[in-house]
This record gives sequence, C-alpha cells and structure tokens, in this order.
Amino acid sequence: MKTIIAAGIVGLAMSVSGLAFAEPVKIGMITTLSGGGAGLGIDVRDAFALAMKQANNPDVTVVTEDDAMKPEIAVQIADKMIQSDKVDILTGIIWSNLAMAVVPSATGQGIIYISPNAGPSPLAGANCNANYFNVAYQNDNFHEAMGEYANKDYKKVYILAPNYPAGKDSLTGFKRFYKGELAGEVYTQLGQTDYAAEIAQIRASGADSVFFFLPGGMGIAFTKQWAQSGVDLPLMGPAFSFSQDVLPAIGDAALGVKNSASWSPDLDNEANKAFVEAFQAEYGRLPSVYAAQSYDTANLILSAMGKAGVSDKDAFKAALKEADFASVRGSFKFNTNQHPIQNIYVREVVKEGDVLTNKIIDTAFENHEDAYAKDCKM
Amino acid sequence: MQTALLIEQILNGLQFGVMLFLMAAGLTLIFGVMGLINLAHGSLYMVGAFACATVAAATGSFWLGLVASLAAAAAAGALMEITVIRRLYERDHLDQVLATFALILVFSEGTRWIFGSIPLYLNIPPLLAGAIPLPGGSAYPLYRVAIIGVGIAVAIGLHLLITRTRLGMRIRAGESDREMIGALGVDIRTLYTVVFALGAALAGLAGAMVGALQSVQVGMGEPVLILAFVVIVIGGIGSIHGALVGALLVGLIDTLGRFLLPVALATFMGPSAAASIGASVASMLIYVFMALVLAIRPRGLFAAAG
Repeated sequence: MKTIIAAGIVGLAMSVSGLAFAEPVKIGMITTLSGGGAGLGIDVRDAFALAMKQANNPDVTVVTEDDAMKPEIAVQIADKMIQSDKVDILTGIIWSNLAMAVVPSATGQGIIYISPNAGPSPLAGANCNANYFNVAYQNDNFHEAMGEYANKDYKKVYILAPNYPAGKDSLTGFKRFYKGELAGEVYTQLGQTDYAAEIAQIRASGADSVFFFLPGGMGIAFTKQWAQSGVDLPLMGPAFSFSQDVLPAIGDAALGVKNSASWSPDLDNEANKAFVEAFQAEYGRLPSVYAAQSYDTANLILSAMGKAGVSDKDAFKAALKEADFASVRGSFKFNTNQHPIQNIYVREVVKEGDVLTNKIIDTAFENHEDAYAKDCKM
Repeated sequence: MQTALLIEQILNGLQFGVMLFLMAAGLTLIFGVMGLINLAHGSLYMVGAFACATVAAATGSFWLGLVASLAAAAAAGALMEITVIRRLYERDHLDQVLATFALILVFSEGTRWIFGSIPLYLNIPPLLAGAIPLPGGSAYPLYRVAIIGVGIAVAIGLHLLITRTRLGMRIRAGESDREMIGALGVDIRTLYTVVFALGAALAGLAGAMVGALQSVQVGMGEPVLILAFVVIVIGGIGSIHGALVGALLVGLIDTLGRFLLPVALATFMGPSAAASIGASVASMLIYVFMALVLAIRPRGLFAAAG
C-alpha cells in the first residue's frame, strides 16, 4: 500500500513538473563530422543522441551541423542556428580555436552555450560569462594532472603540443605542476602529420621522457612514427592523445602509455557502467572521453529542463548550475566560473582481448579546480 | 649543434620532399599534358592509402597492400577520367576546379560511407621496421630510407619514360601541340586516360607509403594536395624536373625551418616564446619562398616551354 501511494505521489509530482515545464527546447549542435578530426565529433554527436534517445523527451529537438574543423564555417553555422533555427542552446564544439570564434558572440546574444569539450583559458577567467557552461574541463586540467604525475618518476621531460589555443593551454598546464627540468618545448602545426623532425630533436635533447598533446590523427601519426624511430623513452600525455577514437589506429605502439583524464571506461559508478554498456550496444564500439563528456552535457540539459522552462533564462541557468544529474564521472559540480570541479585520474593503455583501451591506475587530483576561476567575476 | 642531428634532419627533409614529388609529379604531368587542374588528386592519394590498409589487414601483407594501392588508385583515376574529367578538357579552369572539387566531396563521403570515420590501422612491414646507424651515433628509420629510395627510383623511371619511350614521346608531343598529334593519328583519348591513370597510381603509391607512417583517414589527402600545388608552382607548372627540384626544396625548407628557427630565435628570447614564434614563422616559410620564386621567376624555376 505504502509503495502504491509513494508511486502515486511520484507520478503526480512528475506530471505536475511536466505540466509546468513542458516547454520545447531547441539545441543546436555544431561539431566536427568531416576531415581529420571527425572521429571526435562523431563520438560527441552519437553520445548526445544516445542520451536523448534514452530520455525520450518529446520537447527536445536537436539540429546538428558539421563545422569541418574550420572556425569560419562554425561561425556561419552558429549565426544560422541562432537567427533562422532560433535555437535556445548551442553545444558540440570540439576545438578551442572554433570555440573562441563562436562562444563570445553567441553568449553575447543571450544564447546559452554548453561545452562538451573545448575549454580555452580566456573563457574560464576574466572573460567568463553567465551564459557559458563547460561540462568537460578547463583546457589546462588534464595536462596539469600529468605534470603532477610526472614529478614522481621524471626529471627531464620534453614537451610538445600543436600551435593553437588548446596547445598553449596544454603546455602551460603541464608546467604549472611539473617541478623538474624541461629538455625542450616544441609547438607543431595544427594538423601536422609528419613528426620526424621533432622526434630527431627529442632524441638529441637528452630527455628522460616525453609529454605530448596531439589529439585525433596527429597523435596516431606521432605515436606510430615514435615506435618506428627506435627512441626508447617513456611517453605520456593527456587522454586526447590516447583516447578510444585513436587507439585502434595506433595499435600496440600505445601499450603501457600513461595518460590523464576525468573519465575512463572502467570508472566505477552506476551511471558509467550503464553508459558504456548502452553505447557499445548502440554503436558497436567503446566510447571515448569525448563521448562521455557529451553524454553528461545532454543529461545536464535534460536535468535543467525538469526544473525550469528555457524561456525563463535566469531560472534555467540556475537549474543548469545545480548540475543535478548522474554524471558518468561520479562526483561532478560547477565552480564559480561554471567549469567543473572533478577528479582527474591517470590511466594506462592496456589490451583486453583484442581491444586496446584505458584503465585507471592512479588519481592525480581530487576535486580539482582550474587556475582561472579566481579571475572570473560573475 | 650536433652534426648527427643535422644529418638526420636533412634526411627527414629529403624524405618529405620525395613524398611530395610523388604527388606533384602526377599533378604536373596531368596539367602539362591535358591542361587540367585536378583538385581531386588528393582523393587518389587517400584511395591508395585505404586500399593498402584494407588489403594489408585482410592478407597480413603490406606488399600486397602496396600492389593493391597502385591498382586501386590507377583504376579510380581511369574511371574518374572516363566519366568526368574527359568532359572538362575544353572548359575553362574555373569549371575544372568546381568539378574536381565536387569529386573531392564525393570521394571523401563515399570513403566515409564505406569505412567510417575511425582511422584505419596500417603499419610498416617487418622487413623495414629497423633503424640504420648514422655517423655520430644516431639512427634513422629504415622505412624512411626506403621511401627516399622509392622516390628516387620513380624520378629516374619517369625521366626514362618521358625521354626514351614511345609513350613519353607522345606525352611530350601532347604537351606542345595536341591538335597536331591528334591529326597524326595518335589516339589522344586513350593517351589521356593512360597519363591520368599513371598520375593517379603515383598518388596512390605515395598515399600507401605515407599511410603506414601516419593515420589512414578520410580527408588525409587535402593538406598534401595544397603542398603539392606549392611544389608545382615553384617548380614550374607542367615540368617533371621542376616538380622534383621544387619538392626537394619545399621538403628541406619546411623541415629545416621547423628545426632551426626556434633554435635561432632562442639565442635572444625565452625558450617558450622562441618555440611558439619559431613554429608560427616556420609554418609560413614555404609560402614565403613560393612568393619569392614567383616574384623573380613568375613561371616557376623550370617553366615548360610555350
């Protein structure tokens, strides 16, 4: 009897909240679906779609477009989505240079932007904005964790990243926590595919290890060429260099490499187990860290829709800020600059059967905050 | 500065240049003979890499993959020529650029449709997996030496083909006066298809060899295509010799620039700033060089006659 009454109350409460907030929400997703970075965008799109399918909420529509990894195209799509599609929320951008081109103008027009990946430092500090939420991380975070971890074993690290905003954030983040000496510091071109010149310099530098941030095809190329070069030094990097989207193409050359992330397929919590299982069932592959972040983004939006209507912008933003959803990363909350406070783990690439994947071996930071939050006056 | 490092970087520059030559040779040959700007040349490079990765994964042999890449790229090139390109010879360059750009989109989306967006796995053959010692105690990957070797062999082969064979004679004749050799009874249509397939096969070979170094993925051809155009503009459009010299110059300038500029800048600024500014300037170097060549010799270093 008790349970029936309880169920009745829950049902009543749900229908009431449903009545109060059954307001349609239109989400515009701008992400990279073609070219070298497409693997990342496709994981973001697919995980977002999975969360929406599971929620089965008829009030949400998602429009998706491909930015081809080009800032000017991302800006055009954003303008079109804001002006003619009349979206309430934008999301999806992978690359920080694209985020810097789109986010300030979109949030300036009163659109809520929720980032599933890119977290450039200017948007986290002095230029933070009440309309901008980042569910993923501030760019520096994963690299900071690897800098901290490198202190254990290494004294002379060679560091390498592409020459774009997230690359700068990467090496800055690493150096913020790493205390040893640097054997060298190199910025490569974004989209570069041949690293023979850099590998030769690393060989000659007398480094005891290498930290590199090269997402997508760049990381595949670097790691394969590294294995062929015969230089025998330990590699480490943020999860982007060894995420599930690139591991099959790198092959066994990636085995044993340490990398840092806020999430891993083996992270032990209920939401994550269900997510990894559902993603594999739906798409026949393991999710990447980008997929996990996008899945959280979708569930964050759904949680806020249950609390407030999107037409009341302030109430909706307050509901987003509560972050009242079951994150696949376990504990998750927003800092004052609306970037996450979360654990960052160290993972190792392992082989399970025939599949290369990551396993958590250590926790680098607990409830880590980014370095820019103090500059954010919101 | 260690000599060993410098030698290694020069070899890297040569290897990069040779790879660009394989792309640029086909591009410049097609432009020289047919007067056609083929933006879809990068797609043939991608076809070669995907064919090699697929066959190597199925049979376990990189060498069979390499053969497959030549065959697949030549076949794709011939098919492209017969169905689309043939209708473009009489049109102006704008129509050719539009149509071949459309071909890029068709090839990219078609490949994505068949293979998906996740990059494919292709590794170098075990036979070439080692490294050879360099003077000064350093080592250089054997596979990259093999690429340099293949590039030189292709350059010599092309030179002999064009100067010593009947086909080469027809190609040269086609470059200088296409109505005349048509009137002399040479089957121009077949000649064009053969030249196009030859250029395509060279691009496919480059794609397969580089695919083992980098990642085999949709869109891998376009960055190389831009560099190949820089090479043929520097070398002189239509000239195979120009393509060889241009490719080696671009390869060496790019590689040595990336290596030496940050070092040079670090003598008077902080290492972090030097790394960042050096990388930015190094990425512009080949375009600056191209602008210089165009200013001094507007038709390129080895401009074809006419």
